[in-house]
Amino acid sequence: MNSAIQNVSEETIPESPLAVTSSSELADSQIVVDDKSAEKAHSYVTNPQGHAPGAFMQVALNLKSKVQSIVIGLFSIVFGLVIWHFATLYNFDFFIDFQNVPSPLKVGGAFAHHLSDSEFYVHIQVSIRRILIAYSIAVFLGILLGLLVGRSRMARAAILPYIEIIRPIPAVAWIPMAILMWPTEESSIVYITFLGALFPIILNTVHGVEQTPEVLIRAAQSLGASKLQIFWHVVLPSALPSIAAGLAIGMGISWFSLLAGEIISGQYGIGYFTWDAYSLINYPDIVVGMLVIGALGSFSTYLVRLCMRPALKWNRKPA
Amino acid sequence: MQANAVNTVNPEKALFGERNEKGLIEIDKVSIVFGEGAKKNTAVEQTSLTILPGEFVCILGPSGCGKSTLLNSVAGYVKPSSGRVLVDGTLVKKPAPDRGMVFQQYSLFPWKTVRDNIAFGPKIAGHSQAECESIANTFLQMIGLATIADKLPGELSGGMQQRVGIARALANYPSVLLMDEPFGALDAQTRLIMQESLLNIWSEFSTTVLFVTHDVDEAIFLADRILIMSSSPGSIIADIQVKLERPRSQDLGTTEAFNELKKQCLSLIREQSMRAFSTQNQAS
Ligand SMILES: Nc1ncnc2c1ncn2[C@@H]1O[C@H](COP(=O)(O)OP(=O)(O)OP(=O)(O)O)[C@@H](O)[C@H]1O
Ligand SMILES: [Mg+2]
Repeated sequence: MNSAIQNVSEETIPESPLAVTSSSELADSQIVVDDKSAEKAHSYVTNPQGHAPGAFMQVALNLKSKVQSIVIGLFSIVFGLVIWHFATLYNFDFFIDFQNVPSPLKVGGAFAHHLSDSEFYVHIQVSIRRILIAYSIAVFLGILLGLLVGRSRMARAAILPYIEIIRPIPAVAWIPMAILMWPTEESSIVYITFLGALFPIILNTVHGVEQTPEVLIRAAQSLGASKLQIFWHVVLPSALPSIAAGLAIGMGISWFSLLAGEIISGQYGIGYFTWDAYSLINYPDIVVGMLVIGALGSFSTYLVRLCMRPALKWNRKPA
Repeated sequence: MQANAVNTVNPEKALFGERNEKGLIEIDKVSIVFGEGAKKNTAVEQTSLTILPGEFVCILGPSGCGKSTLLNSVAGYVKPSSGRVLVDGTLVKKPAPDRGMVFQQYSLFPWKTVRDNIAFGPKIAGHSQAECESIANTFLQMIGLATIADKLPGELSGGMQQRVGIARALANYPSVLLMDEPFGALDAQTRLIMQESLLNIWSEFSTTVLFVTHDVDEAIFLADRILIMSSSPGSIIADIQVKLERPRSQDLGTTEAFNELKKQCLSLIREQSMRAFSTQNQAS
């Protein structure tokens, strides 16, 4: 969980060096004396450089290092493909067996073929629909339960035992019970997917709520805020960075769980597609399925992060 | 600079009303005990005092002597174990907007702009959007930060943040302003300037101010009255009137009267710590 939270803070926008110096036109004070020299004194102490040229250089440097990372990343992928290619070409077989692994070219060919195959899109569409339903319910319930557990001692005592017991159960272990419990195959798959997303969202919400600085709650109290107002105006926004981290992790894990559900039951879905390819000894399709799952998983996680970004603008590293 | 600002007739004076008759604090035989049994810790013992409306009172004392605890009992964060605290004749039970609070740590809501931070109190009190805006603008003018109204707290320097914190507390027009080492985290330069601006704001507002510090110079510069607090158990050991002329500027620090007061405070504090030291030695 820790690493997830770090992730978010790494992603936040770096402190602009321009931010601190913009105090030069603070002259419109009537009552406050000697305002300008106050700020001058301050910026002298805290921020000796940080002028516009520095900011420009910073942007240029950032751009350069970004391009560099992209180039390195591309090279790394090409390198991987080449190794994969030669391993399959020479039937590499030492502990790991490459004899039945399709070559990257074959996988590429299979993928190109599926792009013009309408059934392939149905698989993807069905999986995405399951994710959307399961994830929406998990977001709603997860944040609600997380807020309750984080704020109310009674709710914590009542809910936490369930979380502790159910959380470690892997999605695959749920499959038999889910099939027995739920009326349709579809609903049991959605249920398993939902469970996967639920726990990271609950736990990160609880964590965020517990991290609310006491001084902010006290400040709101002395400004007249009621318990409910404090919850809405202080606790919730303060927990938002951690909740956002939970939402991103939850999205990743919901793909994880979806796949488990789809492999066992169903007749559509990208997980079913992958497993079916194995049964039909269509090895290139296995890899196509895997790569599509990977791409969908990381793309949807990226979308979640993107959606949360505007709400987290304030959450920069302290100056 | 100082004299200049104060001598100018301020057209906005009417906005802040006439001298306040509210802001009477009565602390009546208050004791505050934390923990039980072997861990029992008396932070404030049998303290009684009365602070008059409009007075600027500093509580001065060494670290850990119970200054914050006493202040928090007036704010309503801490319940006295015995005795009672009254503000304007009403028993203090919990925090309320008639007692504005300024903290040592930065306590602005980091997700709200400066303007929305200041407008938070009025908004909670149920003022309309337009009223909140206009109150916020008034206070932004007052603290001289109108140009940064739309910035987030994280973009401001420490001094600016504290000034916004003061404005936010005052935007509820409290009868009492409680300040717990509000300038403790600032560098020495900024600190001096913040002290002057606080006095200027206070001269407009005339609310009662209860100000905690462990800096003797700060206490003398600001206060009408200094309460010196001793530790273990925390109690007020001296009540010193500061009869220095207002308006005050930092030049005050070089005057005879200032140094006389400083000597008096320091010797009281030293006497106190010597006594604490010798009782400690006897105990061991
Ligand atoms: N919530 C609490 N629970 C237990 N003990 C506490 C609590 N708050 C304060 N104390 C104790 O009460 C005593 C007085 O603390 P207080 O914070 O009032 O001191 P202070 O004078 O404000 O010190 P400082 O100058 O360091 O801020 C200390 O011994 C402290 O450990
Ligand atoms: Mg304190």
